[in-house]
Amino acid sequence: MAKKLLEMHSITKEFPGVKALNNVNITVEEGEIHAIVGENGAGKSTLMNVLSGVYPYGSYTGDIYFDGQLCRFHNIKDSERLGIVIIHQELALVPYLSIGENMFLGNERQRRRGIVDWNETFQEAEEHLRVVGLEENPRTLVKDISVGKQQLVEIAKALAKDVRLLILDEPTSSLNEADSRKVLDLLLSLKRERGITSILISHKLNEVAYCADRITILRDGSTVETLDKYSDDVTEERIIRGMVGREMTERYPHRPKTIRSDVALEVKDWTVHHEIYTERKVVNGVSFKLHKGEVAGIYGLMGSGRSELALSIFGRAYGSRISGTLLKDGQPLELYSVPDAIAAGLIYVTEDRKESGLILGSSIMHNITLPRMEFVSNRGRIDRDLERKTANNYRETLGIKAPSVEQFVGNLSGGNQQKVLLAKWIYSKPDILLLDEPTRGVDVGAKFEIYQIINDLAKQGKAILFISSELPEILGMCDRIYVMNNGRIIAEFPQSEATQEGIMNCIMQHSKGEIGA
Amino acid sequence: MSSLWTTLRNNLRQYMILLALLVIILAFQLMTNGTLLKPMNVSNLIFQNAYVVILAVGMLMCILTGGNIDLSVGSVVALVGACAGTFIITWGWNSHLSILLCLLIGLAIGVWQGFWIAYARIPAFIVTLAGMLVFRGLTLIVLGGLTLAPFPADFLAYSTGYIPDVFANLGLFGLRNSTSLLIGILVAIVYCVSQIRSWFWRKKKEYDVENPAILTLKMAIVSAAVIWLFYTLGAYRGVPKVLITVGIILIAYNYLTQQTVIGRHLYALGGNEKAARLSGVKTRKLLFLAYVNMAFLASIAGIVFAARLNSASPQAGQSFEMDAIASCFIGGASAYGGIGTVGGTLIGAMIMGILNNGMSIMGISSNVQQVVKGLVLLGAVAFDVLGKQRMQLDFLGFLRRKGTQQQESIRTEG
Repeated sequence: MAKKLLEMHSITKEFPGVKALNNVNITVEEGEIHAIVGENGAGKSTLMNVLSGVYPYGSYTGDIYFDGQLCRFHNIKDSERLGIVIIHQELALVPYLSIGENMFLGNERQRRRGIVDWNETFQEAEEHLRVVGLEENPRTLVKDISVGKQQLVEIAKALAKDVRLLILDEPTSSLNEADSRKVLDLLLSLKRERGITSILISHKLNEVAYCADRITILRDGSTVETLDKYSDDVTEERIIRGMVGREMTERYPHRPKTIRSDVALEVKDWTVHHEIYTERKVVNGVSFKLHKGEVAGIYGLMGSGRSELALSIFGRAYGSRISGTLLKDGQPLELYSVPDAIAAGLIYVTEDRKESGLILGSSIMHNITLPRMEFVSNRGRIDRDLERKTANNYRETLGIKAPSVEQFVGNLSGGNQQKVLLAKWIYSKPDILLLDEPTRGVDVGAKFEIYQIINDLAKQGKAILFISSELPEILGMCDRIYVMNNGRIIAEFPQSEATQEGIMNCIMQHSKGEIGA
Repeated sequence: MSSLWTTLRNNLRQYMILLALLVIILAFQLMTNGTLLKPMNVSNLIFQNAYVVILAVGMLMCILTGGNIDLSVGSVVALVGACAGTFIITWGWNSHLSILLCLLIGLAIGVWQGFWIAYARIPAFIVTLAGMLVFRGLTLIVLGGLTLAPFPADFLAYSTGYIPDVFANLGLFGLRNSTSLLIGILVAIVYCVSQIRSWFWRKKKEYDVENPAILTLKMAIVSAAVIWLFYTLGAYRGVPKVLITVGIILIAYNYLTQQTVIGRHLYALGGNEKAARLSGVKTRKLLFLAYVNMAFLASIAGIVFAARLNSASPQAGQSFEMDAIASCFIGGASAYGGIGTVGGTLIGAMIMGILNNGMSIMGISSNVQQVVKGLVLLGAVAFDVLGKQRMQLDFLGFLRRKGTQQQESIRTEG
């Protein structure tokens, strides 16, 4: 048996009113990739914060042994000194500093005390970049490289700290499939070639199954079990059963045929230019149709222009020099602002609920009623009782778990926040919903509920555009699938003919063609 | 009941600040041997702080939009005073029309600044810093560096002096001005009736209503405070006219922020601009209006202040912007926008005003006063910020952890 690098014994951490971790045990062996999975709120991030010293010794109970030594971390510096490096879900890079400067931030290579040695900095940076397989000049500013590459810079930054245990919290949540694969392969090669141990926290079970040696499952703040790739049968279904405590035979609810013959929205020859670089086309001559009662998917990698397409249709909320025509129920539709679009019953649900979807410091109630205040007000005066009643209705019908609608949205879990976001837009009485990644950063159980909500909406005759970068989800939920690449719609599949391989192939072929041309 | 508890907790900060005000009043009342709350001094407090309250209300609207402040208000106060002085004293124009013209000048200033901030997207800090210099300069040009005085009586009538006693010989409870007490009682009755009516109306509609005992307690406390205030004013020369102006502004803006769609949009804009924009809030227009409104209120304050000084002075209004900003932040407004109330701002302004007045009565030098005011501002905001990090629940942990920046993830995971 390999040497134990890390042992955490009966860790318990309480917050006022909540037991976030209850007697958690976990053992990580040297040179393995250890995945930690669990639903949102299961305690994964809390556990990692305990390990890295964000929650200092004394604020939790239990023991941490690293390399056989009992550890009492008072802050992050303490744990980093031993080679425990955590990479958070939100990248912690400074956009206007270069790759090299970022890599040695707080860990500067110095000639004398306080004087930075730039030659050493950039030379070492180059070496680490080579290890992570990133071909960029270390003097390039971080803002000028893609998110996928930024994630690699984070890993290179960890290497610069002589990392022994690398903790990655949802490293691929904002990456497309190709970039995600690159990050995971890098973890595997670091393990093989340098013996670096990693802890991987992820919602994406296919990734976990792909690269983890062992998997620890947390549920409601307790360890459920640890699965071993080599002795247990590790399938996605098996992991899900551990996470939710029940067998989930269906990951997608049954999608009844609710599609009607009449077209709710038709987009013709839609072209959008970049907001700042107005010469660049981000959406290029796109045409598509949405029927009433239909869930149509748009699959595309990051940067394919799918969000820009939806945002520009939503009252020109994005882009410049927009051209093309919109037809709603066969009638031409001119939308020049977001209020226009909302009034016309066409809405967009953002992919980033914290950035641009919800007001976190505001109550559930105020968030829900914001897009159509006129429904709960009379000549500009808000009827607060009606507002509360309305919000309560949505809380109940969508199953938002909160003691009251006065609760601040920032205090809810990811899945519940996403439901508030949906509630807000369903409240606005739309006919056409453009949903952008409606299940991002949401756990398996809540995902299922959101799929059901979407099915219900389709049943009511609403037309739904479902944008996602998760292929299984698109295949499981959509009646028809458009594939988008490089600002164009390059293919359309009915559900019966769509396969993962078919869609990916289609994109590869198209990308090649673009480069060739 | 859980809903009541959430409401209480969400407003905890408001109760704390109110408590702080009461403690400060009590402390100065003791330290000044009762001078602080003597009728004449209460009356003075109102005259001294009226314009700060007016400016602070306008400032709150700007701060709500996203922590934007307006540095130019002191200069606008001076410029409007200078214009009033020139029109009325130098050129001998009609006072009433001149006041109207001054308010229009205020609006024009607001349109100018609002345009640069909301539509040209230049940071408010810079636009209003420029405004602070420009309008101060214009004041000096208009006045030629001189002070104009005195104003005629009809100009002063709007905001100086007292509401006359219509029942001159009544001598209610031995008061000099019985009308004042009657006005106070009237205000208290109107307040109670509206509260009770709304309670029954909500009950009829089967909405949640508060416990009748709590409602009664609330009405009793508010009525007692109002009647005490007007009684005290009656014991001196009566209700200052400027209190009416300030009262109307406070009630109107409290209504605007709490009850109207525009108010809600203002909070949404400050809470998350992007989300607000994508929810159909007209963010630019709102930002523009906040600055137009600020300059408009600054012009009202300018007229009030010129009348109080009975002169148009090139030095008028210096550092008023700082008093207004400080009042908002002491009163619980967030420096990032989206949080803050008119009530809180009023309390913040009262804390500043009472500190000023109390320390002056005690004979503390104005140099020391500045230090104290600065520390109170820092203390109030620090208390707020640290309180949000739940420091009070985990104080030792906070001390050990200082230096790490992961406070944000303290809220329960996920």
